[in-house]
Amino acid sequence: MSNNYQPSPSPSEVGFSLISRRQALLGAAGVAGGAALLAACGSDAKEDGAAAPGATDGAAAPAASAAKGEVTFGSNYSDEKPKAALAATMAAFTNKDVTVKVNTVDHNSYQENITTYLQNPDDVMCWFAGYRMRFFAAKGLVGDISDVWGSLGELSGGFKTASTGDDGKQYFVPLYYYPWAVHYRKSVFAEKGYAIPKTWDEFLALCEKMTADGITPLVAANDGKWPQMGMFDMINLRTNGYQFHVDLMAGKKEWTSPEVAQVFTNWETILGHQQEGANGRTWQDGANALGAKEAGMYLLGTFVASNFDPAADPKAQEIIDDLDFFPFPSINPEHGQDAVEAPIDGFMMAAKPKNADAAKALLAYLGTAAAQEAYLAVDPSSVAASSKASTAGYNALQKKSAELVGSAKYIAQFLDRDTNPEFASKVMGDAIANFLDDPSKIAEILKGVEEQKKIIFAG
Amino acid sequence: MSTDVTKAAPQVGRRRRFSQLSKRDKIVLFSMVAVPTFLHIVFVWIPTLSTIVLSFTKWDGLSPVSSIKVVGLRNYWEIFTVFEAKLFAALFNNVVLLGFLFLGPSLLGVLLAYLLDKNIRGTRIYQGIYYFPVVLSLAVVGIIWKSVMFSERQGLLNHTWSILGDRTVFGQTEPIDFVGDQGKAFSFNIPFLDSALGPSKNFLVILLAIAWRHAGYVMVMYLAGLKSVDPALREAAAIDGCNEWQAFRNVVFPAMKPINVIVLVITVIEALRTFDIVAALNAPVGMELISLQVTENILGEGGGQVGRGSAYGVVLLIMCIGFIIWYLANHYREEQL
Amino acid sequence: MTAATATWAPDDPRANKQRVKPARVLLHGFLILTSLIWLVPLVSALYVSFRPYGETSRKGIFSAPDTLTLSNYTGAFKQGRMAHHYLVTLMIVIPSLVLILFLSSFVAFAVSRFTWRFNIALLLVFTAGNLLPQQVIIQPLFQMYKRIPLPWSDSGNLLDTLIGVGLIHISFQIGFCTFVLSNYMKTIPKELNEAAMVDGASVWRQYAQIILPLCRPAIAALATLEFTWIYNDFFWAVVLIKSGDKRPITSSISNLTGQFFSDDNLVASGSLLIALPTLVVYLILQKQFISGLTLGASKG
Repeated sequence: MSNNYQPSPSPSEVGFSLISRRQALLGAAGVAGGAALLAACGSDAKEDGAAAPGATDGAAAPAASAAKGEVTFGSNYSDEKPKAALAATMAAFTNKDVTVKVNTVDHNSYQENITTYLQNPDDVMCWFAGYRMRFFAAKGLVGDISDVWGSLGELSGGFKTASTGDDGKQYFVPLYYYPWAVHYRKSVFAEKGYAIPKTWDEFLALCEKMTADGITPLVAANDGKWPQMGMFDMINLRTNGYQFHVDLMAGKKEWTSPEVAQVFTNWETILGHQQEGANGRTWQDGANALGAKEAGMYLLGTFVASNFDPAADPKAQEIIDDLDFFPFPSINPEHGQDAVEAPIDGFMMAAKPKNADAAKALLAYLGTAAAQEAYLAVDPSSVAASSKASTAGYNALQKKSAELVGSAKYIAQFLDRDTNPEFASKVMGDAIANFLDDPSKIAEILKGVEEQKKIIFAG
Repeated sequence: MSTDVTKAAPQVGRRRRFSQLSKRDKIVLFSMVAVPTFLHIVFVWIPTLSTIVLSFTKWDGLSPVSSIKVVGLRNYWEIFTVFEAKLFAALFNNVVLLGFLFLGPSLLGVLLAYLLDKNIRGTRIYQGIYYFPVVLSLAVVGIIWKSVMFSERQGLLNHTWSILGDRTVFGQTEPIDFVGDQGKAFSFNIPFLDSALGPSKNFLVILLAIAWRHAGYVMVMYLAGLKSVDPALREAAAIDGCNEWQAFRNVVFPAMKPINVIVLVITVIEALRTFDIVAALNAPVGMELISLQVTENILGEGGGQVGRGSAYGVVLLIMCIGFIIWYLANHYREEQL
Repeated sequence: MTAATATWAPDDPRANKQRVKPARVLLHGFLILTSLIWLVPLVSALYVSFRPYGETSRKGIFSAPDTLTLSNYTGAFKQGRMAHHYLVTLMIVIPSLVLILFLSSFVAFAVSRFTWRFNIALLLVFTAGNLLPQQVIIQPLFQMYKRIPLPWSDSGNLLDTLIGVGLIHISFQIGFCTFVLSNYMKTIPKELNEAAMVDGASVWRQYAQIILPLCRPAIAALATLEFTWIYNDFFWAVVLIKSGDKRPITSSISNLTGQFFSDDNLVASGSLLIALPTLVVYLILQKQFISGLTLGASKG
C-alpha cells in the first residue's frame, strides 16, 4: 500500500524539540526496563522513592514545608476505576496537615468546560502534557511550579521538557502515560492463526481474513468526537512521518495538501473493515465488542482495559488477561513504525491558588513513585512517569506499553493535545465525524478545515 | 379558572394616580418595583444588549475588559463564510424543528384538545397521560429515550423492527444506532453553500422525543381556550348548517386567537431555545442548533470566543425578536398608557 | 387501533347510559391508542430499570424478566450521589421560588393597582425579557458573573455558586410571574383598594392583607409551575457551575452517563429518579400546574 509520500519538511521549533522528545522516550524506556539510564537524569533522586513523598522533604521542596490546610483538587477521573485509583493516591498522601478536597466532574464535561473552569479553577487540577498545557500556560491561566520540580528528581528530563511551557518554566507534573496501539485478544489470534501485521498490506490481508471468519476486523467508536482522532494521527504518522504531523498540528501545513489527502485515501481503504456507525458508539461499547470477540482489533489507548472491571463482572479478568496489542502497522517504509502516541496525564496548579503551599506540596507528592504506585495499584492501565516507581507490580500490558514507547523514535501526544484546542474540538472533531459518515466528501471537508484553521490559528 | 380575565380590561381612571399617595407610601411602592426591576434589567436586559455590542468585537473573555477590540462585522463574516457549514446546518435544524413542532405535536395537541373537549368519559385520565411528559426536563427526556427507545443493543425501536422482521426503514440490516447516525435522510444543494443541507437521521429521531413533550403542552392550552369559547357561537354555527370541521375552522379556532398567539410564540421560542436534549446526548454531529453554537464559544475547550459566540447569540435574537414584538403588540394593544 | 377499539368500546356507552355511537367508539379507540403510545417510553424505562443490563441487552427489551432487581436504583443512587444532588437542587429551588413569587407580586401589585407613567413600559420589559432565549444572555452574563465578587464563595465570584444560579433564575422568571400576576390582579375589583384607602391603610397593608391573600390560587399555580421549571433547569447550571458536586440534580445527569458507561438500565433508573419529584408534584398538583400555564395565556 504505497502513497504519495513527500519528504518531511525541515525540523521546526514546534513545542518541545525533537531531542527532548527522544529523551522522553529514553526516560520511558528506563521506566519500563528499570534501566539505570534514568538515574542520570534525576539530580536529586532519592533511593527510597516509595517511602518519602516530596511534601516531607523540606530541603527539596521549600514551599511544601509550610503546607497546611485545605487544598482543592479538580478531577476529571469520573469513571469508577480511575476515581477509586485517585482516591487511593490521595489517601496515601502522608502530609497530614494538608487535606485534599477532590471535586470530580465527568470526563467529557471537564474537557469541554476547561476554559470556563480555568477562569475559576481548583488549586490543583488534572490535565495533559503537550500543546494544550502550553496553550494555557502561555495565557497565564496556570501557575508556575518550577520550584516544585526542584524536588521531582524521580522524573526524567524528557518528562520535564514535556512539562515545560513556552517560557521555559514548568507548569505540569506528570502522573502516568499510556500508549495508543492496536488491541486484540490473544486467544482469537491463536485460535484462528492470525499473525501480527507489520505492514499495511499484511494488515489489510488480516482484515480480509477476519471478515471471512465472521469477525468484524476493526472496532470503530467515535462518540464524543475524539476516539477516531487516534486513527487519523496514526495513519498520518505512518504515511507522512512525525515531523509532518507536528507541523500540520501546529497549523504550518495545509490541510488541502496532497499529503493529508493521502491520509484519508489510506483510511478509506480500511473503512469497509470497520464497524458501522462509529459516530454513535462510545469507546466503552467498542471495548465490549472486542471483549465479546465480535470484533478483532481496536486502535485505542491502553486505557481500554479499564473498561473491564473484575469486581463487577467475573469474566472481566479473563478478558484483561487475554488482551494484547501491537504497534500500528507501517505504511510508508521511510517512517516504518518509528512514532507512537503516548499521551501523558498529570496535574497543573491554578494561576492563583488559594493555598499555594499546600498545592505545591500535593504536586510534589503526585510526582513521586509513592503516589504513582498507589494510583496504578488500583488502575493498572497505564505506566508510571516516575523512574522510581516499582515495575514489579506491572502486568504484561504495562511492561509492553513501556517497551512500545521505549522502542519508538518519536512520541506524539494525541491530536486533541497536539494542536490548538479550539481547532481540535470545533473543527477536527466534526471533520472526522463527517468523513466517517460520508468519505466521498473528504475534499470538501478538508477545504472547510483549512479555512477554519486559518481563522483559529490567527487568534 | 382564568378565562374571565379577558373581560376585565382595566378602566382608565379607576386605578389611583401615584401622585395621590403619601410620601411613605410612595417610597414603599417605589422599592417594591425597584428591586425586581433592577434584577431583571441588570441580569437579563443588560446582557442582551451587551450581546449585540460584543458581537462586533473580539475578546477572549479572560483579558481585562479594556482589551476588547472592535472588529466591525468580522465575527459575522466568519460565521457566515468560514464556519458556515455549522451555522447553516444549525439554522436548518432550527427551522426543521420549528416546522415540525407546528405540523406534528402542535396539530396533534389541538386535535387531542378538541376531542377531549367533547365531554367524554375519562377525560382527566387522558389529559394526565398526554400531559405528564411536559413536567420532565428535556435533558431527562433525551436520556430516557436514548437508553430505552433508541439504544442500539436493547432499544425498543430496534427490537420492534427486528420482531416485525423489517429493518429497512433506514435502509439498514444491522441494529440502528439512532443517536449516532448523522447521515442525512435527504439533502439538497443551495447555490452559495459548499455543503449540502438536509436533516440528519439522528436529528429526525430526537424530534420524536421533543414531540412527546410538546404535544401535551399545546393540548392543555387549547383545552383552556376551547372552554372559553362562547357555546352560543357553536350553536349559531350549527344553525347555519356548518359541519363540525367548518364550525371549528371558521368559528371556534378564530375565537381562540389569544391562545393561538401564545402557542405560536411559545413554540417558536421553545424551538429556538432547545439545548438540553442535544447537550445531554453529547452534541453529536447532525444535531447542530444555534443555541449550541453560542455555548460552544463560551464553554468548549478553546472557547472564550466571546465575540463570535455573541454573533451567534444575535442570530438567535434576530430569529425570535419579531415574534416577541408581535406577541407584545397583540397583548398590550388595548392597554392604556 | 381496531383491537383497542373492540376491547374498550363497550364500557363507555353503558356508563353514559346511551346508545353505542360508532363515532364515540372510534374516538375512544383513538384516544386510548395515543395514550398507550404516550406511555411507552415511561413504562419501558420502568421495565428495564428493574432488570440487569446484561439480560436486556442479550434478550432484548421485550423478553420476560429472569431477574427483577432494585440494584440499578441503588447503583444509580449511590454512584450518582443523588441524595447530595437532590439537596443541592432544594437549596436552589426553595429560596429562588420564594423570592420570585414575592418580587413579582410586588411589581404586579404596583402596576395593576396604581397608575404610573411607566406601567406599560415596565410590563413590556418583564414580558419580553421572559421570552428571550437564555442563550442570548449567556455570553455577557458569564463575563459579568466572573467579575462580580462574592468573597465567601470558593471561586471568589458568582460563577460556580448556587447563589449565582439562583440569581439568574430569579431575574429571569420574575418576568413570567409578574406578567401572570398582574393579569390576575387586574381582575380584582378596584373598590377593595379604595375602601382600604379610605380606612387609611398603607400601601404595604393593601398589598399584604388585601391583594396578596386574594391571589392565593394564582400564586399556588405559579409556585407549582416554577418549581418544575427551576428543578428541570439544565442550561444555567451546566454553564454557570463547574464543580460536579455543586450541580443540581437535573444537570448532574451528564455526570451519570459518564460514569455508567453503556449500562442503559442504570442510566434509565437514574433518569427516573431524577424525574420522580416533578412527576409526584404533577400527580398531586395537576390542577395548579395546568392553571399556572393557562393563566399566562388567558389575557388577549
